[in-house]
Amino acid sequence: MAKTKNNTIKLKFDSARNLAPAPESRSAAKIDPQYNLFINGRFEKPSGKKYFASINPATEEKLSMIAEANDADVNKAVKAARAAYENVWKKMPGAERAKYIYRIARMIQERAREFAIIETLDGGKPIRESRDFDVPTAANHFFYYAGWADKLEYAFPNRHTSPLGVAGQIIPWNFPLLMAAWKIAPALACGNTVVIKPAENTSLTALKLAEIIQEADLPAGVVNIITGAGATGAAIVNHPDVNKIAFTGSTEVGKIIQRAIAGTNKKATLELGGKAANIIFDDAPLDQAVEGVINGIFFNQGHVCCAGSRLYVQESVFKEVVRKLKDRLESLIVGDPMDKNTDIGAINSKEQLNIINNYIKIGQQEGAEMYQSTANLPKRGFYCRPTIFTNVAQSNRIAQEEIFGPVLAIQSFRTDDEVIEKANNTPYGLSAGVWTDKGSKIFNMTTKLRAGVVWANTFNKFDPTSPFGGYKESGYGREGGVHGLAAYVNIV
Amino acid sequence: MIANKIIPNFSSPAHVDQVGIEERASRFTKRSIKNESKVNGLKLALNMIDLTTLEGKDTQGKVKQLCYKAQHLHDVYPGLPTVAAVCVYPSMVKTAKTALGNSGIKVASVATAFPSGQAPRDVKIRDTKYAVQNGADEVDMVISRGKFLEGEYNFVFDEIAAIKEACGAARLKVILETGELVTYDKVRKASDIAMYAGADFIKTSTGKISPAATMPVTLVMLEAIRDFYYKTGKKIAMKPAGGISKAKLALHYLVMLNEVLGEDWMNNEWFRFGASSLANDILMQLMKQRTGVYQSANYFSID
Repeated sequence: MAKTKNNTIKLKFDSARNLAPAPESRSAAKIDPQYNLFINGRFEKPSGKKYFASINPATEEKLSMIAEANDADVNKAVKAARAAYENVWKKMPGAERAKYIYRIARMIQERAREFAIIETLDGGKPIRESRDFDVPTAANHFFYYAGWADKLEYAFPNRHTSPLGVAGQIIPWNFPLLMAAWKIAPALACGNTVVIKPAENTSLTALKLAEIIQEADLPAGVVNIITGAGATGAAIVNHPDVNKIAFTGSTEVGKIIQRAIAGTNKKATLELGGKAANIIFDDAPLDQAVEGVINGIFFNQGHVCCAGSRLYVQESVFKEVVRKLKDRLESLIVGDPMDKNTDIGAINSKEQLNIINNYIKIGQQEGAEMYQSTANLPKRGFYCRPTIFTNVAQSNRIAQEEIFGPVLAIQSFRTDDEVIEKANNTPYGLSAGVWTDKGSKIFNMTTKLRAGVVWANTFNKFDPTSPFGGYKESGYGREGGVHGLAAYVNIV
Repeated sequence: MIANKIIPNFSSPAHVDQVGIEERASRFTKRSIKNESKVNGLKLALNMIDLTTLEGKDTQGKVKQLCYKAQHLHDVYPGLPTVAAVCVYPSMVKTAKTALGNSGIKVASVATAFPSGQAPRDVKIRDTKYAVQNGADEVDMVISRGKFLEGEYNFVFDEIAAIKEACGAARLKVILETGELVTYDKVRKASDIAMYAGADFIKTSTGKISPAATMPVTLVMLEAIRDFYYKTGKKIAMKPAGGISKAKLALHYLVMLNEVLGEDWMNNEWFRFGASSLANDILMQLMKQRTGVYQSANYFSID
C-alpha cells in the first residue's frame, strides 16, 4: 500500500489544465482600424503621415494602425500642453481639477470591461488580470489622486507648493493603462499638464483613455497622448519646453534619458528594471510562500519590473519548496489570454520572447537545472512555458540580469546574514519579499534589504496609497501615495 | 499502516498564513467552468455526495425515503450516477443497509457521541462497534475538541487510533469540527494528528456548528493531505461537510481539489461532500444544461 520511495509519488494535473474554453467576448470592445494623435483635445493625423501596426501577440493578427508622431507633432503637443498650463490648468482651483480627475476615474470604471478586453488583446496578458487588476487599479489611482488635488497644503504642511509645468511621460508595455494612470493622475492633481507616450506595442488603451478624456471635457491640451517608438520618446525628452520627465522602462533607456537631461532644468523620476529577491525561511507558511513566489514571478508572464525573479530558500526546506513549486507549476493554465481560466498569457512581443528564450538557453549552458511546466502551448502567438532553474550560482547571468519573463532562478541559503548579502548583491533594488512567521525576523530583514518595496508574507501587492520606486539602478523618485505628489511639485 | 512510522512532534507550531490561504482559496472561484466541463463536474459532484440526515426526529421511514432517493436521484434524466453514501445515526444503520441492498451505495454512520464527542472513550468505542456490527461501511467520528484545544494532542491521537481499531474494515472519517478550532494553524495540526493516527478521511464539520466547511479550511486540509502523501505514500480522502448547498460552490471545491491533489483524487473513493440539499441544486443545473431552461424546485423530489 505504502510506497517506500518518495520519488515514485507524483500528482497528476492534466485534467485541471484541460477545462472547456471560457472565452471573454471580443465584440464587447470596439477597436478602430486606425488611431491618430490626441493633441489639444482633438485627434489629429500625424504630420509625417506615417502609421505602424499594433498586433495581438496571442495570435499575431493585426489589431489596428497607430500614428507615429515625429518632432513636429511632439512640438505641437508640448505647445498645447504649455498653453493649457499657463491659461487654464495652473489657475484652476484644486477642487475644480479634482472634479475632472474623479470623472475620468468613474468613466474608466464604467467602461472597465472594454478596457480589460483591449488591454488583453493588445498586450497578451490574461483577461483575469486585466479585469481584476490592471483596470480597477488604474481607476483607483485616479480616484486617489483626485482626492489630493485640493489638499496639497496638507500633503506638505507649512510648505508652499507650485506645479512644475509640462510633464513629459513615457510608459512601458507591461501595464499600459495602469502606467498611464500612475503618471497622469498625480501630474494633474498637482496642476501640471501632460504629454504622454505609451509604448509602441501597446498604445490602444492609452488611446481609449484619450477618448474618455475627450468625453470628460477636460480642457484642451491638459493631457496630450501621442504614439510612436523610441524617436518619439527622445523628442519628448529633448524638447526644451518640458519641465519634467517621468519614465518607466528599461535601465538602459533610463541612463540615456539621464544623460540627455543632464545640465538642463528638467526634473526626472525614473522607474527602471529589477531583479527582486524572494526569501523563504524555514518557519514560513510554505504553501502560501510558494503561492507568493508563483504570483511574484508568473504574474503578467513575468513582465513586471518588481517581479520576484530570484528565489532564496533556507536549506532545510529547500527540497520541499522546490517540490511544491513544481506541482504548482503543473496546475498553471498557459494559453489564450482571452480565456477566463488562463493563468499565463502571451509574451508581449516576438523580440521579448527571443530575449527570454535566449536567457533560458544561457541558464542551461551555465549548468543550472531547468524545470518547465508540461503544458501544451498554442501553435500561433508568442508563448513561453513557466520555467524554474535550480542549481543556480550567484554569478550566473540568469541570477544577475533582468529577464522580464516567466523564468525563476532558485538558490539556497543557510543564515540571515548570508541571504541579506546575496539579496543585496545586485545592481538593482526595486523590490524584495520575505516569508517567515517571525515578526522580529521580518523587521530585521526589511531594514537591511536595499529595495524600494519589501513585502512580508505577500508579494506584488499594489495600492495607490503606497509609494513605489527603486534603489540603485532601479531608478529614483517615488510614485504612489503622498510621495508620488512630491514628484510633481516645487516645494518651497 | 504508515510506511516510515515517524510521527511528527505535534507540539511544534503549524504555519498557515490566513491572508495567503484565503486569497488562494478565492482564486479557485475565478475559474469559469463551462459546457462539457460543467456537466462532467456536476455529475462527479453528484457521485461524491454523502446524502445525510442527522436529526433527532429521524424515523425509519425518513431513512428509507432517503435511501430510495440515493438510488433514484432524478429518473427523468437517464444515466445519472448515484450518490456515494447515505449518512445516518448508528440506530438507523440497519434500516439504511437493508434499504440500499446491493446498490453499491455505502452506509456511513456517525459515531463517538456525535456531534459533541463528550463521552468517555469506552462509550465511543461501543458506539463505533455498534454501527459497524449493524453494517456501516464507513464511520464518521468526532475528535475531542476540548482536549485538542487544551493541548492534549496525545489524548486526541490515541482516541482516533482506538476508534480506528474498533472500525475494523470500515473506513474511518475523522471530523475535526473546524468551526470550533477557529484558526487555520489548528486545523492544520488537527489534520496531521488525524492522518498519523490512522484516519482514512479527514472531514471538516458535523454540520451542527457554524461556520461549517469553507473553502480556505478545506484548502488547509487538502494541503495537509498532499504533504502527508509525499511523506508517507499513503493517500487520505477528504470530506467537506455542511454549508455546501449550491452546485456552483461544489464545482469550486472540485476545481480546488483538482489543482491541489490532482486527478487521482477526483472520485468518490477520495473525496466526498457531506450535504443534504446539494443534490437537488445539482440536478436542477444538470436539467438546465440539458434543456436550456431552469425548472422550478417542484420538479425535484425533496428527499
